[in-house]
Amino acid sequence: MRLAVREALLAFRRAPMLSALSVTTIAFSLFAFGLFGLVALNIRNALQTVEDRVEIRAFIADGTGSEATAAALGDIGAFPEAASVRLVSQTQALDRARRELGEFSDVFEEGILPASIELRLKPGFRDPETVKAVAKRIEVYDFIDDIRFGEEWVEKLHRLRNIATLAGLALGLTFAVVAIIIIGSTIRMAVMARSREIAVMRLVGATNGFVRAPFLIEGFLKGTLGGLLALVLAWIALTVINRFVVQATFFDPWMGAVGVLAGACIGLAGSALSVGRHLKRV
Amino acid sequence: MIRFSHVHKRFARTGAALQDVTFQVNKGEFVFITGPSGAGKSTILKLCFFEEQPSTGEVKVYGTSSATFKPADIPRLRRRLGVVFQDFRLLEDRNVESNVAFALEVTGTAPSQIGPRVSRLLAQVGLAAKATALPRELSGGEQQRVAIARALANDPVALIADEPTGNLDERATRGIFQLFRDINANGTAVLMATHDLDLVRRAGCRTIEVNRGQIVFDSASDGGFRGPDTPDAAEDDE
Repeated sequence: MRLAVREALLAFRRAPMLSALSVTTIAFSLFAFGLFGLVALNIRNALQTVEDRVEIRAFIADGTGSEATAAALGDIGAFPEAASVRLVSQTQALDRARRELGEFSDVFEEGILPASIELRLKPGFRDPETVKAVAKRIEVYDFIDDIRFGEEWVEKLHRLRNIATLAGLALGLTFAVVAIIIIGSTIRMAVMARSREIAVMRLVGATNGFVRAPFLIEGFLKGTLGGLLALVLAWIALTVINRFVVQATFFDPWMGAVGVLAGACIGLAGSALSVGRHLKRV
Repeated sequence: MIRFSHVHKRFARTGAALQDVTFQVNKGEFVFITGPSGAGKSTILKLCFFEEQPSTGEVKVYGTSSATFKPADIPRLRRRLGVVFQDFRLLEDRNVESNVAFALEVTGTAPSQIGPRVSRLLAQVGLAAKATALPRELSGGEQQRVAIARALANDPVALIADEPTGNLDERATRGIFQLFRDINANGTAVLMATHDLDLVRRAGCRTIEVNRGQIVFDSASDGGFRGPDTPDAAEDDE
């Protein structure tokens, strides 16, 4: 093992240009994938923010007693889909309308707006079908005058979310495949450049495992370095975007670690495949 | 120790390379394999260190049979053989001692033993003073000596040499051949392919001549050589 590590490190020293080229190629392939990841992440976050605003408003008929409203509030709050539920009194509704429609605030008179129950739904229960079903369950209370949840808007949002998920998956997969092919070819080049060494190793009686080990370590190191470099490049790109275009979110540490690990794994797998194929031939 | 029994070798692209080749090399023997280019000399040697396997027939080398071997047997076998080529096959980016040490490292020799052993091997091939030189700084003859030192690293029972003097001048050829004689005198069998007939004549060793993939002459047939089909052929594989 010690010898394999030494050979892997020596390979960097003996062919610094080729090693740097491999690491840079891996880094840029992962960087392209990382940029896509950043876009996907920020679109997801934006949709999440909009989705958080999906709510059902049930308007309460005038003259409804406070006990009946409180009981309904308790029942609705116990729905498995409910994230939060609150009662908006007539006064609160008026205050909100005046606040939101500043210059038209004087057109609203006392008591013109009804009180309402506002229900926000947990993530995973914001699709049109669930929202509609929950609204129906609230409608059964006889003191509910009207119920609104922006049916059309919820449907559009849901469609948008589905399209974004599908496009994200397809594009992500394409980027990942391209990255794997490019990284695989780079590593294969590095293995080919050392085919003579592999042939000599086998000639003097090295086992396949012994021949493989330094290449696997080298592939793992190149993948890890490439992954780290890609992460730095993505961070620089995001800093530029934040400064000149739009505020965007960066990967959390866990996602960053997964990215670097993915680089390491691609490097390792690429090396294993290339050396394996090469060993079959020589 | 090395035994070919009715070996046929056919390549997909070039057709038959060997036809019904049968011979045996005993412990400590020095055997030349001669013949024109393309006669099948290199194929015979490749079969000896299992770089190729026969299409039919059997090659048995030091207990490993082409009929029953497992992939894991090949590295074990190659550690008991030394192989030398016309083009030396040295690692250009490593110096002389690293090239020789490489063969010992690969076979798991204890690090403390590698240094002294490399020094002894380099002294044996007459290159003690060039331990830190890179292969490109050496003459052809010197590079071949490094390759021989590497081949001897694991105390092989047989040295297999494919045209080892093919790229060398007359003087270097004599030097390398003398080295082979010395190695052979220490008990290592030598199987050497060459088309240098002067060298073969002067040496007076057993000679197998190959032409168009067949053995057309074996100097041992006249006396002493026992073919593999002979009932009393010694089982001296181990």
